[in-house]
Amino acid sequence: MIDPNHLDDLVACPHCDTLHHVANIEHDERAECARCGALLIASRGASFITVVALSVTAIILMVAAFFFPFLRISAQGFSNASSVVQVAAAFAHGWQSLLSIALVFMIMALPLFRFGALVYVLFPLSLGRKPPPRAATVFRYTENMQPWSMAEIFIIGTGVALVKVGGLATVYFGPAFWAFCLLIIVTAFKNSFINSWVIWDAIGKK
Amino acid sequence: MGRDREEVTHITATEAGLTGCQRCGHVWPEAQTHCGHCGSRLRKVSMASLERVWALWWAGLFAYIPANLYPIMHTQILSDDSPSTIMGGVIVLMHHHDYGIALIVFVASICIPIAKFVAIAFLALSAKSEKPDGRHKRTVLYELVEFLGRWSMVDVFVVAILSALVQLGVVARIYPGPAAAAFALSVALTMLSAQSFDPRLIWRRAERRPSE
Repeated sequence: MIDPNHLDDLVACPHCDTLHHVANIEHDERAECARCGALLIASRGASFITVVALSVTAIILMVAAFFFPFLRISAQGFSNASSVVQVAAAFAHGWQSLLSIALVFMIMALPLFRFGALVYVLFPLSLGRKPPPRAATVFRYTENMQPWSMAEIFIIGTGVALVKVGGLATVYFGPAFWAFCLLIIVTAFKNSFINSWVIWDAIGKK
Repeated sequence: MGRDREEVTHITATEAGLTGCQRCGHVWPEAQTHCGHCGSRLRKVSMASLERVWALWWAGLFAYIPANLYPIMHTQILSDDSPSTIMGGVIVLMHHHDYGIALIVFVASICIPIAKFVAIAFLALSAKSEKPDGRHKRTVLYELVEFLGRWSMVDVFVVAILSALVQLGVVARIYPGPAAAAFALSVALTMLSAQSFDPRLIWRRAERRPSE
């Protein structure tokens, strides 16, 4: 039944290992695993150029968010402002510096790399050209990094921190705070437009 | 532009002598080690993968102990320095009668991390049997742990934000305690433990006979 020369026509569900035959699906359709129900592929019909545009927007917002003032507080005549870079450096004393390095990766470097990689992989494809060199490797790295890229969790952390500091001092929001909020919205749009299986499919067509 | 994965006959890749790529879904002969499509390392459905899950689970649990015993944060108001542990923060909120916020912090910082340990242990233990009981529910639990696990890092970010922001000279100063790093390590290790769990073990079944 299974022809070892035609494995390209088969896919295995990553959740339950069930084999499925490959067929084309229409715009806005989704394919789920017949056995465990996991979402296999969603064709939302977004063009790659939309995703590239959103990623470029996100990169600009991030660079702004890193360096503009993030939050400022004042109490009894004392005042202090902090940028995101300073937040990441909060643990930069002794052995805890390792945690600061981890923070730089989680809230700055990985999100930035992931958006940059999306532009690198998808821009040539959106122009109808062939995938750039090492597209599969670059995209695989971004997929592996996904759980560790925590910009949206960081923004929720800001909310919690503000509740805790609320009784102690007055808080002012800087431009970087709003840039970060916009970044979360742009990321959500990007995620709703694209399914990684669609990108894998496009990279595979040489 | 997409492709559908139509049902064959509910035969699994393993039963067909193939290995499926968990990243992009392509299947390859058993002997192949890396996916020819996306380059990911191919993982066979094997009980041996549970060893890695348990090793990281224990490491995460050990890191969770100092995370709760040491102060996560020091708050210095005027000349009064008060260290607070994760649980201590909840108790302070209760003393201030902020019961709503106390409950949120208690659930996010204490209940969810413990629930994660329990959930991963349950998935790993139940994967040992081939019984089909609650397969769908266990798959949902796995997805939940994968999705929620990273959100525990929010506590570390809160300490970082407060430490960077609350630097008001003699009035008020906040600085991080050693528990912040231990907690971050514990969250990272449980995330790795959950990632090492192979959900295909939930759907594993005894060898099928050819007549079936």
